[in-house]
Amino acid sequence: MTTSAFWVLAVLAVASGVMVFRFDSMARATFSLLTALLCVGGELIVLGLDYLGIVTVLMMTIEMAIMAVFMIMFMMNPAGLTPMTMVHNKRGAAAVCALSFVLLLVGILLAPWPRRSGRPPVDPTMDLGLSLMGPQMLTMMTLGMALFATIVATVVLSTQRGRYDRYGDRLQDPRPDDPVRGGVGR
Amino acid sequence: MSLELFLIVAAALFCVGLFGALTQQSIVMLMMGLELMLGGVILAAGAAWHYIAPATADGQVLIVVAITAMAVEMAIGFAVVTALFRSREIDMTDMAAELRE
Repeated sequence: MTTSAFWVLAVLAVASGVMVFRFDSMARATFSLLTALLCVGGELIVLGLDYLGIVTVLMMTIEMAIMAVFMIMFMMNPAGLTPMTMVHNKRGAAAVCALSFVLLLVGILLAPWPRRSGRPPVDPTMDLGLSLMGPQMLTMMTLGMALFATIVATVVLSTQRGRYDRYGDRLQDPRPDDPVRGGVGR
Repeated sequence: MSLELFLIVAAALFCVGLFGALTQQSIVMLMMGLELMLGGVILAAGAAWHYIAPATADGQVLIVVAITAMAVEMAIGFAVVTALFRSREIDMTDMAAELRE
């Protein structure tokens, strides 16, 4: 059962990954990528990582839904009604990727992988939680700061008004010209 | 099943994603290639945890880091695309080449 699940998910993941770059329709490409990433989540569950597998599945579902909206916003052919190609240097990239795959394959098959040490815990999720709240706390704090910086950066990048709009062309205005007043002291 | 099989699938996903990241002209499609590459990294980390060191949670922590990287990459990528499109109506990588200067 587990072996069958592995093979089905593996073949589906790679096939969907390839189809992402073969579909003309941007919506289909997005859902093909979603299928590939859902299969990755399924493989994690096969490996016994239930929590991380479910997190991957939930996150990718939401992420790809947002990506589909952006694809339709920015792409000229979201429904794939007219054939088009938006690629450059296809042969060179294919050669680089084939070479990379062969190198990885050789490394995977020839590397002296260490023997398994220890057994999986009864509850890997609790193990992860204890690790993140204990010895890996610095990692967790760094990830938290990275996510906070992302929130600030995305708001700054996405907002239409920049500092030149707010403070004038030469940034000479003492107070920003904001449509809504507010903030400390204003 | 073995570690090698999982790693081969992960390598295939990574290389397909690399192909997309190298060839696609649309910035959003390029990001899809990067997502696929990170999917390969997640799978490889999960397999390494299961087949090499399941007693420690380091492999799981690596997966958490990779998932966070996926979320951050997508959020910042869309914000950059939005900012580029607002300022110069650019949504293709070739049109944004002047950013190098």
